[in-house]
Amino acid sequence: MPPFTLPFEKPVVELEEKLRELRKFSEGHDIDVSAEIHKIEEKIRATRRKIYEDLTPWQQVQIARHPQRPYTRDYIATVMRDFVELHGDRVHADDQAVVGGFATIGAHRVMVIGTQKGRDTKSNLQCNFGCAYPEGYRKALRLMKLAAKFNVPVVTLIDTPGAYPGIQSEERHIAEAIAVNLREMFTFPVPMVVCVIGEGGSGGALGIGVGDRVLILQHSYYSVISPEGCAAILWKDRAYADRAAAALKLTAKDLLKLGLVDEIIPEPDGGAHADPAAAAAALAGAIGRTLDTLGKIPKAELLDARYAKFRAMGVFTEGA
Amino acid sequence: MALFGKKTNYATVKVRKRDIPDGLWVKCPSCGEMIYKNALAEALGVCPKCDHHFPLGREERIALLTEPGSFEEWDADLRSADALDFVGEASYAEKLEQNMRKTGQKDAVTCGGARIGPHAISLAVMDFSFLGASMGSVVGEKITRAIERGTARKLPVVVVCTSGGARMYEGMLSLMQMAKTSAAVARHAAAKLPYITVLTNPTTAGVMASYATLGDVILAEPNALIGFAGPRVIRETTQQELPPGFQKSEFLLQHGLLDMVLHRRDLKATLVGILSYMTGAPAATPASA
Repeated sequence: MPPFTLPFEKPVVELEEKLRELRKFSEGHDIDVSAEIHKIEEKIRATRRKIYEDLTPWQQVQIARHPQRPYTRDYIATVMRDFVELHGDRVHADDQAVVGGFATIGAHRVMVIGTQKGRDTKSNLQCNFGCAYPEGYRKALRLMKLAAKFNVPVVTLIDTPGAYPGIQSEERHIAEAIAVNLREMFTFPVPMVVCVIGEGGSGGALGIGVGDRVLILQHSYYSVISPEGCAAILWKDRAYADRAAAALKLTAKDLLKLGLVDEIIPEPDGGAHADPAAAAAALAGAIGRTLDTLGKIPKAELLDARYAKFRAMGVFTEGA
Repeated sequence: MALFGKKTNYATVKVRKRDIPDGLWVKCPSCGEMIYKNALAEALGVCPKCDHHFPLGREERIALLTEPGSFEEWDADLRSADALDFVGEASYAEKLEQNMRKTGQKDAVTCGGARIGPHAISLAVMDFSFLGASMGSVVGEKITRAIERGTARKLPVVVVCTSGGARMYEGMLSLMQMAKTSAAVARHAAAKLPYITVLTNPTTAGVMASYATLGDVILAEPNALIGFAGPRVIRETTQQELPPGFQKSEFLLQHGLLDMVLHRRDLKATLVGILSYMTGAPAATPASA
């Protein structure tokens, strides 16, 4: 896949291009340009840091959707061992938009379940651009039940624009598939760790999003509605997505402030797509630490705490 | 054509007969029938000609379902807060103010204890006229409390649903109400208590993908729009023609997604009957409806 550059990443790409030219030049000539090369490298780092420090919410959304951002299967392949993929909802189909199975992360054996996007037309058709059908959510539920039966912790990885809005989706009752997952995820007496690794698209994300801890990779977003959808409703024009993204408070930082996520996992400079291995190591580290902590909590307390955690969400006033 | 082209000495004023503006009459959006407002109220908000079910306000719904004087409201003074400082074309604070003025209510759901036939229940009634009965923190909290009270007091819970979905102005706080309410349903279910939902026009999106769909028994009013994604979104995403009757109550019944589609006049008696089976209470006499 050719490199993909977001508009605001251009200054970095231009510097990188300059660096490449300089290196090529130094190879063909007998001139020492190492001082220049060092200066440009320094400038690339500084520029990248500057851009990524001042990202607008809309730019965050674009990074979360970056086509080179690591997806669920990339994380499973890089930082999880002995993955045993399991298939199907036992009723209708094996939805490729939801991947799951036994895996080992560090010292922990887990059931990993994640929504999966494609990288090209073929894989995107297979996994429906990361938008799960009801059978995807039912497959996830089946695997969670399996995990609970054998006392295996559950780790979910969320990266979806949303549940698939289609005729068959409605006919097979997507609303029920999500609702049942929401209810059942409060009943499994095993540690459950939720990680938003890219796009957290509304109910389709929440459908595998209930757990004891909710972690979020720094440049992910999690929102009740897509910025474009919100803009279409409020400004009657999807072009106002940047304003909608700001209004919705959908960035990792905002969500931490609102108490809706527990921890932000820092990404390498330039985002997870700039250094997928470093991003994967950070994710695995955070999951491992979280599972260590949760493993020490007695089972009965785990479920009460999970209930209390979501019970406390909401802001309102009470009194005449 | 001289007959029609003839000049007249007077001006003609076109009156469209069916636009009578004095507010005493309502036009049925389904069959066009003009219905006298009092007659519509007497008919429980159902068109006498074509059985179109008009939206029912919360007071009328409570009166329809519960024994006179038995309803005792809970949590009436919960108000939404503008936690995100949401500013779109209009601010959320302004929207809330407008809707409170328009409806005389503080948010989109009314909850309380009540009696239906011989059964003491916890009842929640949603009202589309308040911001499309969208679910924000207040709706989520009141529904959750109504279910939790049901669990604590060993009461069946009945929720009359209508909603356009999550309340965008509260961002992720609104999405999380789906999890919160479903958690409360899980505990109520674990206590083996009856939970019945009634889906009315329209019930969609976030509410549909949480407590509305989790009923032990799910009833629906006729021809109500019920679904997860809106029909327009589905059409735009899939570029497909939607089948006739798609996402209407009868379509869901055919696909096995709900238990029955009921005329409003039969709702109370049916609820009483089902609750009697679930609670083991003596069967109600049919006349009590």
